[in-house]
Amino acid sequence: MRYAYFPGCSASATGVAFTLSANYVGNRIGLELVEIPDWCCCGTSAALVTNADLALALPARSLALAERMDPALDVATPCAGCYSSLAAAVHHARQSEANRAHVEELIEMPYAATADVFSFLEVMAQPESREAIAAALTTSLNGLKVASYYGCALVRPQRIAHFDDAEDPQSMDDLMRLAGAEPVEWSFKVECCGASHQISEPRAARQLIERIFEDAAANGAEAIATACPLCMLNLDMREAEINKARAAAGKAAFSIPIYYFTELLGTALGGSAKQLGIDRHFWPAASTVAMPRREVSAR
Amino acid sequence: METFNLSDVTDAELLQSDRLARDACVNLDDCYQCGKCTAGCPMVHEMDLVPRQLIRMLQLGLTKRALSAKTPWICANCMVCSARCPQGVDIAAIMLAVRRTAKKQGLQPVREADLFDDAFVANIRSFGKSNEAILAAKYNLLSSHLTQDLLNAPRMAARGMIGPKIHSVKDRAAVRRLVDRALADEGDREGDQGDASVLLHPSAAAAGAATTSPGGDLR
Repeated sequence: MRYAYFPGCSASATGVAFTLSANYVGNRIGLELVEIPDWCCCGTSAALVTNADLALALPARSLALAERMDPALDVATPCAGCYSSLAAAVHHARQSEANRAHVEELIEMPYAATADVFSFLEVMAQPESREAIAAALTTSLNGLKVASYYGCALVRPQRIAHFDDAEDPQSMDDLMRLAGAEPVEWSFKVECCGASHQISEPRAARQLIERIFEDAAANGAEAIATACPLCMLNLDMREAEINKARAAAGKAAFSIPIYYFTELLGTALGGSAKQLGIDRHFWPAASTVAMPRREVSAR
Repeated sequence: METFNLSDVTDAELLQSDRLARDACVNLDDCYQCGKCTAGCPMVHEMDLVPRQLIRMLQLGLTKRALSAKTPWICANCMVCSARCPQGVDIAAIMLAVRRTAKKQGLQPVREADLFDDAFVANIRSFGKSNEAILAAKYNLLSSHLTQDLLNAPRMAARGMIGPKIHSVKDRAAVRRLVDRALADEGDREGDQGDASVLLHPSAAAAGAATTSPGGDLR
């Protein structure tokens, strides 16, 4: 299990807990990540809404650098947004020779588009990883009720993101089950968190987050698991603010911690809240994962 | 409800809707107005034209109305519409095509969305990477939402999410060249596409041949 590693801009910033927990799990299961030298921002939705060529050229530059480093390696990235941009660029370049040549012109580098792109969710969901996780488990999440939240970019559009079902994906649910959690059935696993509109259109977009919490709570979730740093930030950083608005409207507050799926896997592999970055959340998340672990050891 | 006089639709507008559809690789005639895109859209409450209506405007050649709509700027690009369309119409791609074209025309139906994405691209052009704190600060300044999320900044700093260090690629010049080339190049390519003979409105094909050089007045 060796990949060219595209960390993405959030990996050392808002998504630092994803990096810590993914590295922890990766080390435990023998995942080898070789960082792409001088990778750049994937452009994400800002490039997409600005210019079609920009949305291809930015991810293609990093993909070409990965090829230059080792053409035999596929590319893996933790971030759902980066995954979407990178995979779309590969898809485009493979559509025709003219497309590929145009991308090469834009990036001033050779680019053969031979490597595939994987999200960390897909990497961890592969049979080899699952076996390694199962073998390395030291504890159980002991029936913690988890709502697996996939969001948009890992399942749509299907021509690019097709490793799981677009409406009812299961890969994260299966990993949660493997870690001893109990995935809940809920309706919002592929709904949008509002992405950057939480900054540019906060008044209109906040209800997207609130609806996700509402559905998770209505289905008995004690925790939400995500595979995207922006979904994480939007839910985790804004839960308290949403609760404040709900209190003013006479509605019950939510009390649901959000985790990167790798934090929950890492917990079951024996990682501490500090090692996994769980102590860095906005909504307190350390005690929820600590409790079931105590119960397991007491059994 | 808005009313439109279809007799006022110009040939240029018909040509332009064809071009938007072509940019999005969509055949507008595939849409039979079922509204499934709209039923699943998470941002529809904020749109002036719901997704189904935006497509209808383009089908009818009411392109100016479509280009001035808030809709593509409110769209969060979650792609639920495209995933669920029973006719395989890539509605999200149409949203992008309309927004990019509107931007080229200097339209700014939703100022905040435009400022944010411009600031994001400028951030990449400067550093090759997205520096979230710089982006947020710049956006707040440009949009005059000076205190937005301000209280979250020290909380993020305490968690090691933001800091004084600027993240940057080593080869800043290469990324800057790439950004400038991409932004310049697409204009040229679209100019070329203006001569393409694939037109989705038969009436526009006739009109284009008779009255305008295709694409000539679309910029």
